[in-house]
Amino acid sequence: MVSEQSKQAIYFTLFKSATVLSVAILLFVLLFIFCEGAGVVDIKFLTSMWSHREITQGGILPAIMGTFFLAIGVSVVSIPLGICTAIYLNEYAKENLLTRTIKLAIRNLAGVPSIVYGIFGLAFFALFLKLGGSLIAASLTLGCMTLPWIITASEESLKAVPNSFREGSYALGATKWQTIKTNVLPHSFSGIMTGAILGLSRAMGETAPIIMVGATFFIAHLPNSPFDKFMAMPYHLYILATQHSSPYAREYAMGTALVLVALIFMLNLGVFALRYNLRKKKAW
Amino acid sequence: MKEKVKIGFKDMGFWYGSKQILSEVNLKFYSKKITALIGPSGCGKSTLIRCINRMNDLVPTAKIDGRIIYNNEDIYGKNADVIELRKKIGMVFQKPNPFPMSIFENVAYGLRIQNMKDKNEIARIVKKSLEKADLWNEVKDCLSRSAFGLSGGQQQRLCIARTLANDPEVVLLDEPCSSLDPIATAKIEVLLKKIKREKTIIIVTHNMQQAKRISDYSCYLLNGKIIEYSKTENMFTHPKNKLTKDYLDGRFG
Repeated sequence: MVSEQSKQAIYFTLFKSATVLSVAILLFVLLFIFCEGAGVVDIKFLTSMWSHREITQGGILPAIMGTFFLAIGVSVVSIPLGICTAIYLNEYAKENLLTRTIKLAIRNLAGVPSIVYGIFGLAFFALFLKLGGSLIAASLTLGCMTLPWIITASEESLKAVPNSFREGSYALGATKWQTIKTNVLPHSFSGIMTGAILGLSRAMGETAPIIMVGATFFIAHLPNSPFDKFMAMPYHLYILATQHSSPYAREYAMGTALVLVALIFMLNLGVFALRYNLRKKKAW
Repeated sequence: MKEKVKIGFKDMGFWYGSKQILSEVNLKFYSKKITALIGPSGCGKSTLIRCINRMNDLVPTAKIDGRIIYNNEDIYGKNADVIELRKKIGMVFQKPNPFPMSIFENVAYGLRIQNMKDKNEIARIVKKSLEKADLWNEVKDCLSRSAFGLSGGQQQRLCIARTLANDPEVVLLDEPCSSLDPIATAKIEVLLKKIKREKTIIIVTHNMQQAKRISDYSCYLLNGKIIEYSKTENMFTHPKNKLTKDYLDGRFG
């Protein structure tokens, strides 16, 4: 018979070691990429056009810009649409079979593999709508993919707003929209933004779907319209790591990975700062 | 003495889905009086007052029968404006629920949603409301601080001030002191007796001593039915119904 005290000690050790192990694994991944890739990252690497023959002569600017444009495109497509949908589903829609079915379907769509969105994007946006392989087709494709993530995350943070705020507001004669605007959204804003940025950063790292709708390994110019093909960091590093003949390819792939991680890290840091500021201002 | 009736229930019944919560409620609430609703948990007291400002509309399965007359109009009638109704019939909840805003903005909320723009007027009403709620002296130097920094009793008085800022005719209180200590409770009782000069007050309470202390009329509810309704002094000294007597004597159940 194990005493309650020893059980307590065993479980405590179990959970603590799990945490230590997880953190160690994640740190190792970051450290590994950093050590392998940091050597090639310099100003030229970040700001030069890609040099196809002699990769050491160029940089990954077009891939960075491609991913950047893609992020903007995805934000425009899926963040407003996703947030509005979540507001409707959580605040307005009557709780019935139809609503429940829709919510369930959205949760399921969030789990559909990205390659499936890729082939849909190819068939629908690229071919049927004749957008071809282009930034806009890729933005729409990734937008569809992130939509269910953003809806789900926004819904969760709307649900977390205590009902007493809504009741208090209604009891003072506020309309539904006034209640949502002044009491529900400010309270769930940081949660919604976190969900949206998380979705966005996962979209920025996607490779499979964008290959099908316009990402290319090499183009000689930056995209100058939404209908241009584009380079993107995840696909760029995939080709460098697996198909490029240059002896420096591996190091350059790691360098690209490092820049991608850093960009996403910065994005998350931005949200963190935003949340911190909001919380400080409101002090709740 | 003939009292003026502010709100009248006529054969009112209420259901959540197929479960009947209230039945055959006939009741008159008198103007500028405090009426206490007492009864055991789950007897339908809260549901009853939530019918008066139509908070139950928010529950999709709610169904209501009969009529509730306020200022000679059926509040569930076809032309009834629920937004206007809630401005005229304010409500204070069981748990203090200040909004995540400053103290000032909490009180100004009702004015802002009515699109009042005049800053001086808003400031004047906020001050007046906080004074009426006996809170002004405690918060006048920190109006821009978060309402969440206040104590439970202060938060509840802030919620009362917020309701008063709308200048309602009726104030509904749903067990407003159940999460407060005796001192905070006493402050709220003093305050309610004061605002009764201008407003009709309906309070749900678990605390029979409270009902006895502050109310003019008392209504005893059991299993969704009104067992007894009379002047508080009469009910507490000479309850007519045996069920009421049992409850008041603590021999309930």
